Amino acid sequence: MKENQKLPEIVVSSGSMKINKTGSWRNLRPEIDYSKCIRCMICWKFCPDACIKINKEGIKLAPRENLKKEPAPEIDYDYCKGCGICAEECPAKCIAMLKEKK
Amino acid sequence: MRLTIPEEEVLSSGHLACPGCGATLAMRLALKALGRDTIVVIPACCWSTIDGVFPNSALGVPVMHIAFEAAAIAASGIKAGLIAKGNTHTQVMAWAGDGGTFDIGIQALSGAAERNDDIIYVCYDNEAYQNTGIQRSSATPYGAWTTTTPRKHPKQEPKKNIADIMSAHRIPYIATATVAYPEDFVRKFKKAREIKGTRFIHVLSPCPPGWKMKEQDTVKVSRIAVKSCVFPLFEIEDGKLKINIKPSKRQDVRDYLKLQGRFSHLKEEDIKRIQQELDKNWQNLLKREEAHEG
Amino acid sequence: MKKLLIGNHAVSYGAMLSRAEVIAAYPITPQTQVVEELAELCASGKLKAQFIKVESEHSAMSACIGAAQAGARAFTATSSQGLALMHEVLHWAANARLPIVMANINRAMAPGWNIWADHIDSLAQRDTGWMQFYAETNQEVLDTIIIAYKVCERVLLPAMINLDAFFLSHTAESVEIPEQDMVDEFLPPYNPEIKLDPDDPRAFGGLLPPKYYMEMRCKLHSAHRNALKIIEEEEKNFFKIFKRKYGLVDEFYTKDAQIIIVTSSTITSTAREFVMRERKKGRKLGLLKVRVFRPFPFEKIRGALKNCQKVVVIDRNISYGNAGIFATEIKSALYGFRNVPVFGFVAGLGGRDVQLEDIEGMVDFARKKNFSKDEIWWGLKK
Repeated sequence: MKENQKLPEIVVSSGSMKINKTGSWRNLRPEIDYSKCIRCMICWKFCPDACIKINKEGIKLAPRENLKKEPAPEIDYDYCKGCGICAEECPAKCIAMLKEKK
Repeated sequence: MRLTIPEEEVLSSGHLACPGCGATLAMRLALKALGRDTIVVIPACCWSTIDGVFPNSALGVPVMHIAFEAAAIAASGIKAGLIAKGNTHTQVMAWAGDGGTFDIGIQALSGAAERNDDIIYVCYDNEAYQNTGIQRSSATPYGAWTTTTPRKHPKQEPKKNIADIMSAHRIPYIATATVAYPEDFVRKFKKAREIKGTRFIHVLSPCPPGWKMKEQDTVKVSRIAVKSCVFPLFEIEDGKLKINIKPSKRQDVRDYLKLQGRFSHLKEEDIKRIQQELDKNWQNLLKREEAHEG
Repeated sequence: MKKLLIGNHAVSYGAMLSRAEVIAAYPITPQTQVVEELAELCASGKLKAQFIKVESEHSAMSACIGAAQAGARAFTATSSQGLALMHEVLHWAANARLPIVMANINRAMAPGWNIWADHIDSLAQRDTGWMQFYAETNQEVLDTIIIAYKVCERVLLPAMINLDAFFLSHTAESVEIPEQDMVDEFLPPYNPEIKLDPDDPRAFGGLLPPKYYMEMRCKLHSAHRNALKIIEEEEKNFFKIFKRKYGLVDEFYTKDAQIIIVTSSTITSTAREFVMRERKKGRKLGLLKVRVFRPFPFEKIRGALKNCQKVVVIDRNISYGNAGIFATEIKSALYGFRNVPVFGFVAGLGGRDVQLEDIEGMVDFARKKNFSKDEIWWGLKK
């Protein structure tokens, strides 16, 4: 909170925690190999940090032509804590957990 | 693309949960199911911290924090306040840990259930007082290590059966759920939303630091919990039990235990004992379901 | 309309006329008639409130906290052990700045079991941030509940109205019950802007780090200080409609008094009787009733005690290891102001009667001695 911002009269939080970029917590970084990703969205389903977005434009790289236009999962690295649940649960095993560069 | 659970995110990123937190995935799913016309009550528990720091919050719905033992009654009070003001549609959900449900919070929960107060009470169960540093609760399973049940003297008592306790209160809806089955999870919360009276949902929430397991195993462990019948998925609707998943070939409890460091000290006879208890409880559950159908 | 009401029913009527919207209470002697009458009023439809029959006092206050945070006017009543059980969430209600009103029947704490008048129960909660009123009559009880809601909802602080066990709770007095429309004129509906509202989602009472904690508590304290003025303002408004006034304190023959007796609650009535008797004999005695204890009315107390030669404080309580609590706080008001001897009497604990003869004895004692001890226990058996 900014120093000159006026405190509310009561203990109430009206702002969003989105200002807290938890991506800095990461030791491991998930990388999706879109050439293998079948767009099942299981990774999106299981992320505790809601930081896998659904890219409705589709991604050019895909295992099959018809998947190129399908919505694809996209990791928001500002918030990803690197827990690895997405990699563990991915049925196509196309998410690699790589060492994060600091 | 066909999503099997609602798309809209109500919970935002940037919260303070440990990486891989089962309780957070549970909240994410719960809010997807219940929607924005929901008020959440959080007693002292991990979620007191996860939601964030003043003046910010991660939940996209109104939240009231409350003292440890009072989640159920605070929720009832909010509901009464809403009704007094003419609002009968907003759902009030108490979201408490196992400490605030099984132990210190059980009086208020029993009171609310006996009065059939119109609230959804969710216990996200990570099987110990995790927020204060992994001390045992009555939800800690037999044999588990915690800081107050050290390896030389692990927990001797079985896990308290909270579903049975709630069943004795004859509330309209009781369900178990866990994060590995998100469709089942969302279905149950959506169903609960449509029922009046006290609805109790017991959610198994794997906890990487507390269970001494890998962060990426949260969903896997909760899946094996169901497949080995450590944590059966069922509903009790108006007193009638229905088991949702009956594994055709039950997984060995070893598969569950070996992923968690809190069980690494168990001897062969302990594991056998756990398997036996498990088998007995599962058979009893099947018999109860049969009795209700007959 | 005048009616003979016991103190407990004066409480019920006060809550009903204030249009309390959510009531959550647990029975305890000698409060039970409050809750029973409120249940009757709700059942008959005279009071449209959500009545939660909670399973403990801790839950009673927690329910009120939830209801108030949702924007409803909440009420409860308790006594002694029940108040003590609420202690954790009394802090919560005040720190959350919720305008909850509670009636507390002042009763002794156990063991042994003692259901009679004593002020230790409410005084042990004096640091929780609640405003505290001490009532002398059943009329005052009824009126103060209504006034309290008006003040609470302006300053965002909870208030407890204290009345003596049995001396008021179970004693019938003639009470003028105000008309509902006149109360509505004085006390509008409670509709706070900031509350639990899915259309305006906020989180109430979360993590508050050291960086901001002090500031938020200072705001609570400032609200107390400010409430002194607000109470007087609202009591002026109350007087305009109902023609009854009370004040932060009540001074009775204090201006030229040589000795001033300081009391609260029902002992005040007895002391008043004694002062009138003494005045008829030409003795310059005065009485200061402390009605509002939190926030503490420093200025009013200094003003009342600025000319007298001796002060006699009667405490129906004892802070073990220290002295009577009112006496201690009166002395703190006098510190740096006047070095007048204060005789702190501890009397009437556990419902023991404090009669005219007792007050006579205390004043006599003060008249004869030239020094003041920390506390004098009155009427102990040898």
